[in-house]
Amino acid sequence: MTAVLELQGITKAYGDVEVLRGIDLEVPEHHAVALIGASGSGKSTLLRCVDLLEEIDDGDVLLDGEVITDPSVDPVAMRRKLGMVFQAYNLFPHMTVLGNVMLGPTRAQGAAGPEARDRARELLARFGLAGREDDKPDNLSGGQQQRVAIVRALATDPRALLLDEVTSALDPELVGEVLAVVRDLKADGMTMIIATHEMAFARDVADEVCFLHEGRILERGAPERIFSEPEQPETQRFLRRLLEAR
Amino acid sequence: MAEVVASRQAVRAAARRRRGRRGAAISALSTIVVIGGLVALVVTSPGWESVKQLFFSWEDFKLAFPDVLKGFWLDVKMFVIVEAVVLVLGLVVALVRTSTAATLFPLRMLAVVFTDVLRGVPTILLVFLVGFGVPALQLSGVPTDPVVLGCVALALSYSAYVAEVYRAGIRSVHPSQRAAALALGLTGSQALRHVILPQAVRRVVPPLLNDFIALQKDVALVSILGPLEAFRQAQIYASSNFNYTPLMAAALLYLCVTVPLARVVDRMQDRQ
Repeated sequence: MTAVLELQGITKAYGDVEVLRGIDLEVPEHHAVALIGASGSGKSTLLRCVDLLEEIDDGDVLLDGEVITDPSVDPVAMRRKLGMVFQAYNLFPHMTVLGNVMLGPTRAQGAAGPEARDRARELLARFGLAGREDDKPDNLSGGQQQRVAIVRALATDPRALLLDEVTSALDPELVGEVLAVVRDLKADGMTMIIATHEMAFARDVADEVCFLHEGRILERGAPERIFSEPEQPETQRFLRRLLEAR
Repeated sequence: MAEVVASRQAVRAAARRRRGRRGAAISALSTIVVIGGLVALVVTSPGWESVKQLFFSWEDFKLAFPDVLKGFWLDVKMFVIVEAVVLVLGLVVALVRTSTAATLFPLRMLAVVFTDVLRGVPTILLVFLVGFGVPALQLSGVPTDPVVLGCVALALSYSAYVAEVYRAGIRSVHPSQRAAALALGLTGSQALRHVILPQAVRRVVPPLLNDFIALQKDVALVSILGPLEAFRQAQIYASSNFNYTPLMAAALLYLCVTVPLARVVDRMQDRQ
């Protein structure tokens, strides 16, 4: 079985700062891979590179076996096949919730307005946002905003979803409702790469956990193994620090 | 216990009322003193009688007002047309300047020169140069009407200012908004049109209106080319009757437009 997403030797530097130093990763269909690691370890940059929001320096990203990082490939067409959810939601404040969700289908994918509207309403209702269609994002709670952002990404029927610390900007009591949505998506078989600081969540939902350290995947494996018997001293230190912070 | 609470509440409310009354009394008094002082200063000045005669003559006002008003109508028409042109031209210049496409490089250079030069030259000089320079070229098909040429000069000058206002607005939209639009599969120009520009324009409405208040007055500069707009009409009456009241009439008319506009700007800024 070919992986939905395959990353081969990705490197990325900003000037002299090497953020990614050779990342290899395979995400099979219906799998969720959790990226853990300290801030600055390269999790967000990796996701942005996969979504072609940043140009990589070396290596390749393959989507369903097709190289999407080749300069001859149209990045817009490739981005249409992937969904991304950002830490700070990045909803469009001048549009309603419905407008946010419909923008991708109608403008990027040429869907007809009425169909896109029905589909958007359906998705919003599924994630507990019925009745919020005509609100502006600013009138919603953080958890609701992030759920809208997830619905917005789903509305374009992505092959895989990239989640960039989707709960890090939320008040603690709102984290649960967003994580519940991601668990739902996993149960539905969505293929995902999830950068997260929520270790309990990563343990639950991920098929594989990758520990990023200074731009490299230092350790990877099944969540039970990584969280109970981490092998690398850096992984042990990182997990210990998280535990102590609680 | 409840009674104690209630009485404390009453005491506080009474104190608040006292403070409110005292504040109102003080502001009324200081207003009377300041305004009254200024009026007294002007009215008791040695030259007041002749100033009253020269600037506030009811007779001259009545005589000049109809023609000044007619002239002002020309100002309003020029203002509306120039404003419409400036809104579009300024946006075009700003978009060219913020574009990154390699093919647009020469246009980008041109946009930089456009804003630098046209903002750097006094507007009155620009009106003069366009108004007298363009007809001197004797090109066929190029308008020679001073009203048209004056409007062209004003449109060029104000487009340069307004382009910079738009550009500031575009730059103020956080890059993460563009990233979110691209992540949905929108092209760069779709992201600009549906996500960045709508937010940018909303943010710059108050400074744009501010520029339009300035433009509303600067249409009077076209008078140096000859058209009989309000200021020009007032000048003609003033110099033929040796009385400046018509100029006061013109000033009053400008205020009738600019003051309401200023209040609109205030309200929009409060809302943001």
